[in-house]
Amino acid sequence: MSTNQEEGFPERFLGKKYPETMEDLPIAAIVPWPGSTLDVTTHAWRTFRPVINQDKCVRCRLCWIYCPDGAILEVDEEYTTSTGKKYKVSFKVDYDHCKGCGICANECPVKAIEMVPEMK
Amino acid sequence: MLDVPRVEIRFHGRGGQGAVTAAKVLASAAVDEGKYALAFPEYGAERRGAPVLAFTRIDEKPILEREPILEPDIVVVFDPSLEPEIYMRGLKPNGMLVINTKKTVDQVVKLLEEHGLQKPRCIARIDATDIALKHLRAPIVNTSMLAALVRAAKVVRLETLEENIRKVFAERPHIAEANIKAMEEAYNSTEVVCL
Amino acid sequence: MAVVKEKPREEQLPTRRRKIAATGSDAAAYAVRDADVDVVAVYPITPQAPIAENIAQMIADGELDAELIHVESEHSAMSAAVAAAATGARSFTATSSQGLELMHEILYIASGLRQPVVMALATRALSAPINIWNDYADAMAMRDTSWIMIFSENVQEVYDNLVQAFRIAEHPDVLLPVVVTLDGYILSHTTEALEPLDREEVLSFAPKRPRGYRPVLDPDHPVTIGVLGAPNWYQEVKVQQALAMRESRRVIEETGKEFGKRYGREYGFIEPYYMDDAEVAIVTLGATSSLVKAAVNRLREQGVKAGMVKIRVFRPFPAEELAKVLENVNALGVLDRAVSFGGALEGPLAMEVLSTLAVRGITKPFISFIHGLGGRDIFVKDVVEMYQKLLEAAKSGKSVTRTLFYGVRSRRGHII
Repeated sequence: MSTNQEEGFPERFLGKKYPETMEDLPIAAIVPWPGSTLDVTTHAWRTFRPVINQDKCVRCRLCWIYCPDGAILEVDEEYTTSTGKKYKVSFKVDYDHCKGCGICANECPVKAIEMVPEMK
Repeated sequence: MLDVPRVEIRFHGRGGQGAVTAAKVLASAAVDEGKYALAFPEYGAERRGAPVLAFTRIDEKPILEREPILEPDIVVVFDPSLEPEIYMRGLKPNGMLVINTKKTVDQVVKLLEEHGLQKPRCIARIDATDIALKHLRAPIVNTSMLAALVRAAKVVRLETLEENIRKVFAERPHIAEANIKAMEEAYNSTEVVCL
Repeated sequence: MAVVKEKPREEQLPTRRRKIAATGSDAAAYAVRDADVDVVAVYPITPQAPIAENIAQMIADGELDAELIHVESEHSAMSAAVAAAATGARSFTATSSQGLELMHEILYIASGLRQPVVMALATRALSAPINIWNDYADAMAMRDTSWIMIFSENVQEVYDNLVQAFRIAEHPDVLLPVVVTLDGYILSHTTEALEPLDREEVLSFAPKRPRGYRPVLDPDHPVTIGVLGAPNWYQEVKVQQALAMRESRRVIEETGKEFGKRYGREYGFIEPYYMDDAEVAIVTLGATSSLVKAAVNRLREQGVKAGMVKIRVFRPFPAEELAKVLENVNALGVLDRAVSFGGALEGPLAMEVLSTLAVRGITKPFISFIHGLGGRDIFVKDVVEMYQKLLEAAKSGKSVTRTLFYGVRSRRGHII
């Protein structure tokens, strides 16, 4: 991914992506590496995991809007429900970053998301 | 011109008469003439009509004394109703009083005597209120008083002062010209008596 | 945001410029105009208000192409100034007293995020009781906020210091906010001679850098500014900041020298006055320095070997420079215009000076003076009296162990 570094500011402002000492730390802890949260997985935080019932889901996107971690993914995957309704997209959960907060399940107007215990 | 390297002038007026502006314009004129100057008001809670003090120091050398002027060489009194005890306070014995008044010089001397005050060496009198009302239709006497001061003490040249008035009213030239007319009249009608 | 290239050397020789009459507030606004500031976020407060008014007028008249952000408080003013700087804009604000107190939270954020905001502070006492006049209580309250602090002695210095402030703050080896003080009323509302520079000169001395020279907010190249600093990294960020403050000395020094080379007015961290053979000296800052110099002149005429040192840069504190000039005096005083209530000494500058000397093993008979709070006039004769006290201390070899408040209306005398 592109960074400000291409604009030519001194390398010390950039630091290292995984600093070990103060010298490696970007200035003011500014993070010049966009999307760095992708590298930090938070799946181990979950007690319950959201499971989306594609049959019940009406593709309203409310879960996608409410998810505080951007862990609901809209994917180009066609789906036909048991009643014959066709959708061009499906909603999936990014289980690497979902923390299991349950907001999506709470907000879902058709109760299509179920919180399932992680412990088996 | 007073024969001292530094001139310290104290302006006494009431809020709205332009004493603070007068002190600034005078300093500005002095700077234009290549001198050093310091002009500052005594700030309180400003309000129209309240007694106002402003100071100007002019020197050939840079000025370090940022203290109020307690012993002025010249006091300029914008308003005849101010208390003589206040405006005469600390005026040097060889100093000068420039006063806006309808009184004659003799009557001013008498007034000072009545208040038990020492006479200054020189008194310059001018009816600045009349002049201001005539030219500006308002009792804003600061420009007339500056002209009187310059006539009496020649601290700067009248022309430099006029240039600065034009600068202050750059966007309202008719006001500048009215003030300059007032200044010319004030300059010519100032009466200076050294006792 | 045009980038002005450095002028060739031969065009940078000092030339005689026209002097104009200006107040400290005029000078501050001229500096902002000549530095082509991009964003000004101000909330008016006495005695800073004329700076805000002048800048607004300049923008309205088309003399300055800047965004003037009308904010609802100083807290917002500083927040907006920091945010503007974070986008790469040249950003300015100004305040006084209670306004600075309301900014306080964001002062640390400006420096912590390393945003080169420049601020003019028209110094004023702090409430209560409410007071609109000069002292340095507001400035001293920001001494630990990691802002570079430059005190001005006269109107010319207000202008020159602000021009230098932009160059210092935005320097890639510094990236810290800079505050330039002007004594409330004593400079902000006092008219004196000012020799401003041409705008081209200011922009060649303090050129605007290309936007991407430091990490800034840019949708095409996203960065995160204002992250959480957990215990595993917070300390390192703060040490980085402390080191940047130390390293800023080099840039400040270089900037002051270069300014002198170009325009004939050289600036250092301190300004010693008659210190070569001084037996007694007073250290002070801001416009108060003028009064102390006047007192020195008066004493020198009487044959007293008095000297004084003006602290121009208060942060980073010029310890080395100060220790050097104070090495040979017989007694030393510090004149503060602020109180550190309950302090080991109550003068904030006194404590800085004393620790400067103590850590270098220099001991001198020492007196900490406080005078001029809340606009109380300090007269030259008051300062002369302080020098008399110092002469006594030099003779007896003894320090006064507590701070002396001068000019107090008390039954116990005017020194408490």
